[in-house]
Amino acid sequence: MTRETLISLAIVLALLAIPLWATAAGETFYITLATRMAILALAAVGLNIALGLGGLVSFGHAAFFGIGGYAAGILASHAFNMEPLPFGLPGTNAMPVIWIVAIVASGLVALAIGAISLRTAGVYFIMITLAFAQMIFYFAISWPAYGGEDGLSIFVRNQFPGVNTLNGLSFFFVCFTLLIASLGLFSLLRASRFGAALQAARQNEQRLATVGIAPYRIRLAAFVISAMVTGLAGALFADLNRFVSPSMLSWHMSGELIVLIILGGVGRLAGPVAGAMLYVAFEYFLGGITERWQLFLGLLLLAVVLFARGGVVGLLAGKARHG
Amino acid sequence: MAEPVLKLSNLTKTFGALKATDDVSLDLKPGEIHALIGPNGAGKSTLIHQIAGSLRPDTGSIRFLGHDVGALGVPERARMGLGRTFQISSLTPEFSALRNVMLAVQARQGTSFRFFRPVMRDRTLTEPAMAMLERVGLAGRAAVPAAELSHGERRQLEIAIALALGSKAFLLDEPMAGMDPEGSKTLTGFLDQLRAEAPILLVEHDMDAVFALADRITVLVYGRVIATGTVEDIRNDADVRRAYLGEEA
Repeated sequence: MTRETLISLAIVLALLAIPLWATAAGETFYITLATRMAILALAAVGLNIALGLGGLVSFGHAAFFGIGGYAAGILASHAFNMEPLPFGLPGTNAMPVIWIVAIVASGLVALAIGAISLRTAGVYFIMITLAFAQMIFYFAISWPAYGGEDGLSIFVRNQFPGVNTLNGLSFFFVCFTLLIASLGLFSLLRASRFGAALQAARQNEQRLATVGIAPYRIRLAAFVISAMVTGLAGALFADLNRFVSPSMLSWHMSGELIVLIILGGVGRLAGPVAGAMLYVAFEYFLGGITERWQLFLGLLLLAVVLFARGGVVGLLAGKARHG
Repeated sequence: MAEPVLKLSNLTKTFGALKATDDVSLDLKPGEIHALIGPNGAGKSTLIHQIAGSLRPDTGSIRFLGHDVGALGVPERARMGLGRTFQISSLTPEFSALRNVMLAVQARQGTSFRFFRPVMRDRTLTEPAMAMLERVGLAGRAAVPAAELSHGERRQLEIAIALALGSKAFLLDEPMAGMDPEGSKTLTGFLDQLRAEAPILLVEHDMDAVFALADRITVLVYGRVIATGTVEDIRNDADVRRAYLGEEA
């Protein structure tokens, strides 16, 4: 086992330990905190496919996070009110169905956004993804059917067959399982032919084209896969909070996901997990002391960027190896 | 005469008032090394870009293997078998030498939309890639990231990649640049063998190498072909001596 694998395992086990400890100690609030970590980590694992492997600095991943959230909220509200959706389709409170809708919807939107955005690069790519996400954000604000600016409540957490999702620990395990699955996906993609082409596109686009592989299609596929994972996380996030609002779509959210990855380690398997744990812990513990906790987060980010470019994982496991 | 592998006809490319390529026609025949020489700023690189597909000529045509490739992009031309190396090595720096070549093997095999099988355990990728590294004498450095290879090794690696693509013609942009005399000599010997596999359009400043290798030489000055011929013809051409070899005729 390589050192990075060991570190990844340790990080994931640390996340798993939090709710187990919290249950034993009766501190159930920490279960929610750990669930929040797992969901943000999942969202960031998604972004890490585009950002870490492909070098695509998407500043619009909140769009997919929010679309996933609204998929959960809208389907649940129709099921709750027993109103059919357009085309007479019923709403649902079954998580598997909601997840599929969240994944497909995020993927389709990403296909449209990516098809246009990926014709640009660098700062323009950052700005155009931001612009698309902001369009969706303002659309959500001005669309009264689902709460507009006030957001949309999910009155009862959605159901997963055979699991009591109202139990915090059970819901954590649902999220944690999906996080592990996403890490498996990331790891497979990274080692595959597709991953090789994607990482080559990040390192040297000219080289990739010169061996006869068009970078655009590779990047577009990565962008869509990336958005699908983040969209799934959005659906879980809505269920965690039992609430969806346009804030899930805001550029702060996109920035937060990027920050998570930078803290944890760009392109590293467990980077988003470490980043999410650190971020949520900061938000909670420092946020309890001072309202200006983000100042300290900023200092931490600065330290990471200046002194530990590989983030937490880079610090612990050393430079990435590509075989 | 055999059908040329690559044929440029009346290519023109201007940037504003500058005629970077001025009515250039040349061809590359099977089994030959055709050297392209000219002083700095003669438009050699611009011409290479147009052949490879990264620049579009304003007028003129480029035929490769009997097809007009003018409308095709870089990846399409590469897939047809145009193997290019760069004046400044262009590699994926984080990947090992082996993985750099594996990328070419993967491209040659077709689709890169395979998401699950790990490449490092895929012998259909690793074995051909290793064979190419052996051919260029880099087998011992297979696991070293490209960024950590020496300058000369990177040049060899670029050639290994072009070989792995199964190129039908090689487009080598100053492969000797920055190499020590020993390295140039080894590479000269290697290119001499390589022409049997596919013809080479060689842009090179190292005149010893050019005179040793070239079957034909084309001289480019201010974007215009001032002479084409055998090594002897070029050595004795008054215009070339004046314009390029720096001698008063």
